[in-house]
Amino acid sequence: MVEVAAPVGEVPAGEVALIACGAIAQPCGRIVQQRGWSVDIHPLPPLLHNRPDLIAGEVEELALQLRPRYSSVAVAYADCGTYGALDSVCARLGLRRLAGLHCYDVFAGQDRLAAFFSEQPGTYVLTDFLVRSFARTVVAELGLDRYPELRDTYFGNYTRVVWLAQEPDAELAHLASKAADCLGLPLTTVDVGTTGLERELTTLLHPTAAPIGCIAKK
Amino acid sequence: MTPDELLKTLYDETLLGNAPAVLALTQQGLDLGLTPESLLFDSLIPSLEEVGARFERGDYFVPEMLIAGRAMSGALALLRPLLAETGVQTVGTFVMGTVKGDVHDIGKNLVNIMLEGAGFHVIDLGVQVPPERFVEAINEYKPDIVGFSAFLTTTMPMFKANINALEKAGIRDQVVVMVGGAPVTQEYADAVGADAYAADASQTVKKAKDLIQKKRAMVSA
Ligand code: B12
Repeated sequence: MVEVAAPVGEVPAGEVALIACGAIAQPCGRIVQQRGWSVDIHPLPPLLHNRPDLIAGEVEELALQLRPRYSSVAVAYADCGTYGALDSVCARLGLRRLAGLHCYDVFAGQDRLAAFFSEQPGTYVLTDFLVRSFARTVVAELGLDRYPELRDTYFGNYTRVVWLAQEPDAELAHLASKAADCLGLPLTTVDVGTTGLERELTTLLHPTAAPIGCIAKK
Repeated sequence: MTPDELLKTLYDETLLGNAPAVLALTQQGLDLGLTPESLLFDSLIPSLEEVGARFERGDYFVPEMLIAGRAMSGALALLRPLLAETGVQTVGTFVMGTVKGDVHDIGKNLVNIMLEGAGFHVIDLGVQVPPERFVEAINEYKPDIVGFSAFLTTTMPMFKANINALEKAGIRDQVVVMVGGAPVTQEYADAVGADAYAADASQTVKKAKDLIQKKRAMVSA
């Protein structure tokens, strides 16, 4: 389990506050720990994705609270369906965010993701977070637990599930195949690892640092 | 049940998405002598408008909207032939589709239900509709309006591609182009050269009616 930052109001441990979408806060935390960065993670609820019109406002509010206590604040969100609203907040407050439209771009790379959709427009993407939380973030949110007959209304035009596996293990693989079965779709597993997120986080937090894969000479 | 009570109960059951009750009440309303128009405009449509308002406020999420829409569709299936029989003229013909590369269709389907409820003849081309299919459908059905729906930032540029295809086919002037979908804004609609944008289903109906009136006034002038 990765520790998450102290609540707002307490003395920060790190120099940088990273406001992170709850769907990627954990892997962000692991990378921060491994790299020994002086960064505190402040997650926001992942389910905001279903009300993307609220994301920019929530980020702004938290950033304003955190700014006086840190030397800088960064945003671990992509555009995430805010359709530019998050960019406006970032521009106004002088913050940077992750590149791309959503975290799928961050994990797999924008070109690779675009290729999945152009190969099969009816692609539904899962991340480790979505696989693990599928019952809550997908099934319950879409009401499939209460109205199972809605499955085809949602997914009738879909042809496959693509799992962008970051840190796969047998349990996750089992959950991913259960999730695809639940949607009645075949599963394609693509091992993306965590280098995509690590690269984008490095660019976000340490824009001048050595790229991933290069061993920094001391 | 008095007619007023029936309209109120039908409104409430539609709000809850109780399809069997909505269908039964619609039939009961007809048996009581209520007109199909009254059932639609005094109960079903206002109820679905309230569903849209609740979604906007965050009180409802997608499944609640879907089951309400489904309940309304059931009632519409019963009322549609009766409306046709009474000789009510269709308000206009609307060709609708989700653009190429995009398979989101909940918003589009809700708009279709509301358009049909308001008396439009709707031809739904489904999802992932390529520009040439829109051109074909416009030539075939001669609609007053064509609607493009898109939900992803990456598929919005298809609006422009569709409009270019209509221009190339020489039919851009024959049809009003409306665009919509979660990421779309008025500015974006203007930038791609669409004639109108609407943020939700009831606005779509209102704007579509206005546009048709304007179009017809221009033709007869
Ligand atoms: C439900 C939903 C889904 C369902 C779609 C089911 C279906 N059959 O359509 C499912 C779960 C399958 C899904 C899949 C995906 N989704 Co989705 N989805 C949503 C969600 C939660 C709601 C959309 C919706 O249906 N709203 C309800 C309807 C009623 O509202 P509406 O769409 O805005 O429609 C109204 C108006 O726009 C207007 N309107 C609509 N069409 C038209 C047309 C005309 C002509 C006019 C005038 C008006 C008009 O009237 C409608 C009725 O009032 C949104 C988030 C959100 N809250 O917006 C994300 C969202 C749209 N999805 C998103 C994403 C990323 C995806 C996926 C890529 C995710 C994934 N894990 O793979 C896939 C897409 C894959 C693909 N191949 O396309 C992003 C898009 C981000 C972006 N930058 O493009 C969003 C914004 C979520 C987010 N915050 O990231 N999704």
